[in-house]
This record gives sequence, structure tokens and C-alpha cells, in this order.
Amino acid sequence: MAMLEVRDLQVYYGMINAIKGISFDVNEGEIIALIGANGAGKTTVLHTVTGLVTPKTGSITFNGVNLLKIPAHQILSLGMAHVPEGRRIFQRLTVYENLKLGAYIMNDKKQVEKNLDYVYTHFPRLKERKNQVAGTLSGGEQQMLAMGRALMSNPKILLMDEPSMGLSPLLVTEIFSIIQEISKEGTTVLLVEQNAKKALSIADRAYVLETGSIVLEGDAKEMMNNDDIKKAYLGE
Amino acid sequence: MITLIDGLSLGSIYALIALGYTMVYGIAKMLNFAHGDVIMVGAYAIMVTLSCSLSPVVAIIVSVVLCTLLGMIIEKLAYRPLRGASPLAVLITAIGVSYFLQGLAQIIFGAESKPVGSSWKLPAIPALNKHGITTAALVTLICGIIIMVVLTLFIKCTKTGSAMLAVSEDRGAATLMGVNVNKIITITFAIGSALAAFAGMFYLLQIPNAEPMLGAMPGITAFTAAVIGGIGSIPGAMVGGILLGVVEKFCLASPLSSYTVAVKFSLLIIILLVKPTGLLGKVSREKV
Ligand SMILES: Nc1ncnc2c1ncn2[C@@H]1O[C@H](COP(=O)(O)OP(=O)(O)O)[C@@H](O)[C@H]1O
Ligand SMILES: [Mg+2]
Repeated sequence: MAMLEVRDLQVYYGMINAIKGISFDVNEGEIIALIGANGAGKTTVLHTVTGLVTPKTGSITFNGVNLLKIPAHQILSLGMAHVPEGRRIFQRLTVYENLKLGAYIMNDKKQVEKNLDYVYTHFPRLKERKNQVAGTLSGGEQQMLAMGRALMSNPKILLMDEPSMGLSPLLVTEIFSIIQEISKEGTTVLLVEQNAKKALSIADRAYVLETGSIVLEGDAKEMMNNDDIKKAYLGE
Repeated sequence: MITLIDGLSLGSIYALIALGYTMVYGIAKMLNFAHGDVIMVGAYAIMVTLSCSLSPVVAIIVSVVLCTLLGMIIEKLAYRPLRGASPLAVLITAIGVSYFLQGLAQIIFGAESKPVGSSWKLPAIPALNKHGITTAALVTLICGIIIMVVLTLFIKCTKTGSAMLAVSEDRGAATLMGVNVNKIITITFAIGSALAAFAGMFYLLQIPNAEPMLGAMPGITAFTAAVIGGIGSIPGAMVGGILLGVVEKFCLASPLSSYTVAVKFSLLIIILLVKPTGLLGKVSREKV
């Protein structure tokens, strides 16, 4: 059984059918890329998985638990963290206060300190700026903070919504290599991206989403060599 | 000097009430126009407790507990079903709750003003009183400051406090951190109403009578204070409340005394013209 199983998911916004019955799996240890153009429904999928949006039909199971029966605020304590689109860090709070909020559900203070060290090791810049108000960070630093905040509760799986958005190519490379490190250290990753090339380069498997339907799935390396994909998503 | 102390003391009453408005606005994104009437309920609670020949300390406890519960019940019954509804619907409901509480008080206790009881007074401190400083003003000022310091520390240093700040900034992101937004909103109403109960007590030290409309004027003044300070901002509510209290007392002591109310509200207009977000209000950052 896969770690995360999504089956026949349909999501509506009023009359708009944003997700039209999709199914996918994320196995433990994998990096899965969910790629697609703007408006394809990627963010809707992640929001539905973490309970911010309620689907019309379908099922979402995480380590055997039916997520549709769990209130959104309890999903993190099952080990599923979500780095939302646009970062959504708490702008008025400091870097440190943001990270502490990432560990809001943790009661073990020693473990929180350990996780803080772990985050600072991967993002030394956050340590340098720990007392800075988060709203004054650069875009790349805000992305790092959003990721660090999500890692503060040692999640089993990290859902990431367009971490490359608005970042320079150099920063994108830096962020993606950190995603790879985190993955090697045992965190499963579901990566949502418009930047298909980058996402496929680090993913194990990938799903392509087009206007609410999965139109293609498979091994990420094979997809990179697929001519249709190259034309439609890799700009070659 | 005496006017200043009286002003600071009245100002801390306004500040305590304004904190309730601003916290609820910041966290639940609504204007709780029934907030002033919680003060009135607290005043009647004191009156009833004292009339059972219980001590003022018991009356204080009864009033704070009752107001806290009332705040939580109002939120649960009146506002929670409207989560996600249009702001206008919520506003009308809040005004409805306000009239409901006033009407209820009128049915139970009558429309006329009633003395809360002769045991509701503070001992004289001759050394101060002979200079014109009342014990009530001093106690109000000192307790007001203590309560505001405790509240600030609570928000700054506890997990619940930072969850409140997180919810006020981004409800969805707070949920992703594992914060139960409904629980935080309930706690906010509870704290705001407890502060209103304290404000009501201090108010009764100055005017020891309870009446159904008792909360209306301090409520609207404190709301003005919250807007002057920047609605949603906790230090703003404190600054705005104290400012209005001082302005009111100085006005009353000056030839302008009959224009006091006009002066207070003009202050609101002037400050909003100069700084539309209020003195300490944050400019809301629009997401690109
Ligand atoms: N809150 C919403 N209300 C109505 N429609 C929405 C909402 N959010 C997204 N949509 C619509 O759902 C579709 C998918 O959007 P989204 O999941 O944000 O796509 P992506 O993340 O792939 O860019 C789009 O057509 C979008 O306009
Ligand atoms: Mg999106």
C-alpha cells in the first residue's frame, strides 16, 4: 500500500469542476512531481489533501488513515506538512517565531530544539536572520522559511506547492538541491510545479495534470525524454 | 496633574474595552458590536451578587466568569454559524445581539438605573485623596496597566498567544501549522469579554449604578479608540484608549467641556485623515 493514496478525486468550486476524478499514489521515500500549467488544478489537489478544500467525491488515504474524516488542523500531527503556494509565512512575525509556529503541535521541547538545529543546518541563512521580521526577507529566503517551518514537526511527507515561483534560476537550483537532501534524509516529497524541467530532474515519478485530469504518468527520467512532454512542457 | 491621572485612569478603562474589539477584529475579522453590552451584564452580575450579601471579591469573580462565558456563548451561537458569511450579515447579527442583551436586562431589571450596592467602594487613602486623587482612579490605573502587561506577555510568550497572531495574519496557514482556528477564536472572545468585565468593574467604581444602556457609551468610545490606534493592533488599542481617556478628562476640565463628545469623535476623523490605518495600524500587504 502506498503512503498516500488518492482515488477518483473530484473537486468543485461552486459549479466549476476543478478536479475531474484523478487518482495517484505517493510511496514512502519517493519524490513525486505533479506538473501542469497555470490553472490546471495543482494547488486545488494539495489543498484538498490537507483539508483546506472539501472534495465532492473520492478518497484520500494517508498511511491507512482516511484524511477526509480528519479536521484540517489535525492533519499535520499525522506527519503531513504542506508548504503552500506563495509561501504564506507570517510576515509580521520574526523568522524564529515562524519556525516555532511550525512546531506548534509538538510538546517535546528537546525535540523542537533538535528540529530547529536540523532546519538551521539546511538553511544557515535562516539562522543568521532568526530575529528579522519575516516580511522583510527576500523571496528566496521566504521560500526557505516556509520549508523550514514545515520541517519543524519532522513530517513524514512534505507537500510543496511551486517552490520555484518567482525565484531566480540560481535560487531555484539551490532550493531544489535542498529538496533532494531532505528526501535523502527520509522525508517523502510531493512536489507541485509549473517548472516541469526542474521538477522532473529531481523526481522519481511524475503525473501531468491538465485542466483537472491526469493525462500522463510515469517514470520522471523517461518523461524528460518523451517528445510530447518536451514540446508541451519543457519548451524544446 | 489630577486631570492627567483621572484621564489615564479613564483611558485604561477604554483601553481594556478597546482590546476586546481589536482582538476580535484581528482574529475573527468581525466587529463585535455587542462587546459594550458585556460590560453591562458584568455590572448587573456585580449588583446581583452584592445583593445576596456576598463580598465584593465574590462579585468580581462572578462577573468575570459570567462575562467570559457570555462571550464564548455569543461567539458559538451567534457568530460561528455565520463563519464565511458576508460581513454585513455578521454586523447586523452583532447589532441584534447587542439589542437582545439590552432588552433582556430591561425585562429583568427594569429600564431605570439601579445602585450596585453600598459595599462596592474602595477605602479612602487620605494622603492621596486630600490632593484630589481618588482611590478609584489610582486602583483603575494600576490594575489596568497590570492587566495590559499580562496580556502582552501572554500573547508574546505563550503558544496560544502566537497561535492568535498566526490566525490574525493567515487563517489557512495557521491551520496548516496545526492550529485549531475555531478554538483560538473562542479563546479570543473569552479573553476580550473577561477584559470587558474588568473594565465594567472599574467603571462602577466611578459611577456605581447599573442600567441596561450602561455599556453603550463606553463601548462606542472604546471602539473609536480601537480605530484610532489601528483596529487589529493590540498596542494600538492601548494607546488609543489612553489617548481618548486623557482627551476626555482634559476637555471636561476646560471651557470646551460641553463639546467633549464632539472633540473625541473629531479626533477620530482627524487621525484617520492623516493616517487611514490608525496610529499603529499595519498597512495590509496585498498579495501579488
Ligand atoms: N477559490 C476558488 N474559487 C473558484 N475557483 C477556483 C478557486 N481556486 C481555484 N479555482 C479554479 O480552479 C482551477 C484550478 O486552480 P488551481 O488549483 O489554483 O490551479 P494551479 O495551482 O494548477 O494553477 C482554476 O480554473 C481556478 O480558476
Ligand atoms: Mg497553483
